[in-house]
Amino acid sequence: MESLGVLLPIPMNAYLESELDRRYKVFRLWESPPERRQDFIRANAAAIRAVVGNSKAGADADTIDALPRLEIVACFSVGLDKVDLAKCRERGIRVTNTPDVLTDDVADLAIGLAIAVLRRLCQADRFVRSGAWLSKGGYKLTTRFSGKTIGIIGLGRIGLAVAKRAEAFGCPISYYSRSEKPNTNYKYYSNLIDLAANCHVLVVACPLTEETYHIVNREVLDALGPKGVLVNIGRGPHVDEPELVAALREGRLGGAGLDVFEQEPDVPEELFGMENVVLVPHVGSGTNETRNAMADLVIGNLEAHVMNKPLLTPVV
Amino acid sequence: MASSSVPQGRPETERPQLLLLRPPLAALDEVLSGRFELLKSWESPLPLDRFLATHAANVRALLVIDLFTVDGPLLDALPALRFVCTTSAGVNHIDLGECARRGIAVANAGTVFSQEVAEYAVGLLIDVLRRVSACDRYVRRGLWPRRGDYPLGSKLGGKRVGIVGLGSIGSEVAKRLRAFGCPISYFSRSRKPQFPYAYFPSAADLAAHSDVLVVACALTHETHHIIDRDVMAALGKDGIIINVGRGALVDEAELVKRVMRGEIGGAGLDVFEHEPAVPEELFGVDNGSAFTSCGHANIRVVFRPLSADGG
Repeated sequence: MESLGVLLPIPMNAYLESELDRRYKVFRLWESPPERRQDFIRANAAAIRAVVGNSKAGADADTIDALPRLEIVACFSVGLDKVDLAKCRERGIRVTNTPDVLTDDVADLAIGLAIAVLRRLCQADRFVRSGAWLSKGGYKLTTRFSGKTIGIIGLGRIGLAVAKRAEAFGCPISYYSRSEKPNTNYKYYSNLIDLAANCHVLVVACPLTEETYHIVNREVLDALGPKGVLVNIGRGPHVDEPELVAALREGRLGGAGLDVFEQEPDVPEELFGMENVVLVPHVGSGTNETRNAMADLVIGNLEAHVMNKPLLTPVV
Repeated sequence: MASSSVPQGRPETERPQLLLLRPPLAALDEVLSGRFELLKSWESPLPLDRFLATHAANVRALLVIDLFTVDGPLLDALPALRFVCTTSAGVNHIDLGECARRGIAVANAGTVFSQEVAEYAVGLLIDVLRRVSACDRYVRRGLWPRRGDYPLGSKLGGKRVGIVGLGSIGSEVAKRLRAFGCPISYFSRSRKPQFPYAYFPSAADLAAHSDVLVVACALTHETHHIIDRDVMAALGKDGIIINVGRGALVDEAELVKRVMRGEIGGAGLDVFEHEPAVPEELFGVDNGSAFTSCGHANIRVVFRPLSADGG
């Protein structure tokens, strides 16, 4: 049987790449200069039967059209916003992602960001490192995370994991979702503005789709308010970023912990000078343990496909 | 207005005197002024001993703010003192023996700050493992577009957490970290059968079976440098130490050596042996290395005003 040809659009993970190299014929798109990439794809289209995507690059309509032998898109992420799912369904192309293995890390980071913002942890660290403790006396008072009402947008795997952790801090939990979830004691809001108005920390934990694009807009930010904190561990485009920056600048929003941005790796520089924000470079699943587990899942899905066995974590 | 327990012999209209040796926060000042006549040593041009001799001869109550040391010599200067209250949970800055000998009652902040301290310990641990502060610096310096993705951190879930001191703070830490999937064990002066955690009979034993040590016990003669070289060696080169107790619970010089030699996985420190001095060698430790140091006046919430939550 012909070795599976796998298109890798960007570097993702050394372990993943070495495992792909061991088994398959890997086509590394980034090794061609940008202006030659269409040619590269055309030249190798006959061999490419799989694409490995992630949060930055996947399989959009043009890519799918250019790969007539494409059979499977295996995402090195749980998010599928870079994959044209409708087109995949239309073409009978399978799609897999990496749920569950990254849930803990992403939820841990959400809580870590909330605590860091409310308790000014990074600022305090900077304060000590600068020597200011010696000259300026103690760092100022902040506000506790424990007991604050947490509002979660999207009560899926990650949303539930965030809730479970926040509960251990005595935080009441409420959520907004497309529909109310059975079997939870959490307070459901059918309207996101109402959720934002009634919580202290708002966590974005839903998938990015056309419906959830800019779901956190000016109205939601204003409802969250001058003492409210936004934590985004979803996707940058969930939040209207210019509105977010304006709300922070004008004091209409209390603070933000952000793992994702609309135009990664570019982050609005105005945020760099703000002490009520914590900015991290899309590290939600960024641990050795989890990335290895994600890579194993990608390989596992590709292997299952090659062997005609049931896929491990199919979405399409 | 005096409370119902007005000391005998005083006119009811006279508020009891309360001695302060360090300035309180405004909100605390306001609350106290309503009930006490405040004697504020720092507002006097006199050196402290002269101030006390002149003004504090009859003062019966002292409020300790900012961990001011209360020892024999100070107590000698306050012959009428009956009561010392500290705004902290810790009492290591107060000579309890001397107070007992003189029949002086001592009160602390009890468990009022336990949740704050516990959540800060969790915040520090996530910061160390997931490099939150280091990442924040990286992004603010504009390095993400220039240098690409930040190196990977380490997963919190599944890390064995050993709590040194399972008191109010320690138990609140345990409750939180369980929810992150961390198995919890502890070393404490006595077993706590009401908790479902594994007990180890010494800090070194605990360290040998832990990936993370959270230090949350009181500082006493017995616990000075309880986290010593042996404990650090037992914890191992990938181990993490989180200290939200007192600086002197940890042999700081030894810790610094290990950090510099890469013989410890990382440390999240809210307290230091010689505050506000922090070993400068630690400041250079950045990116790639999981070290976070945080000043902590926000832990020393002086007092919880009756109204706002300080936010």
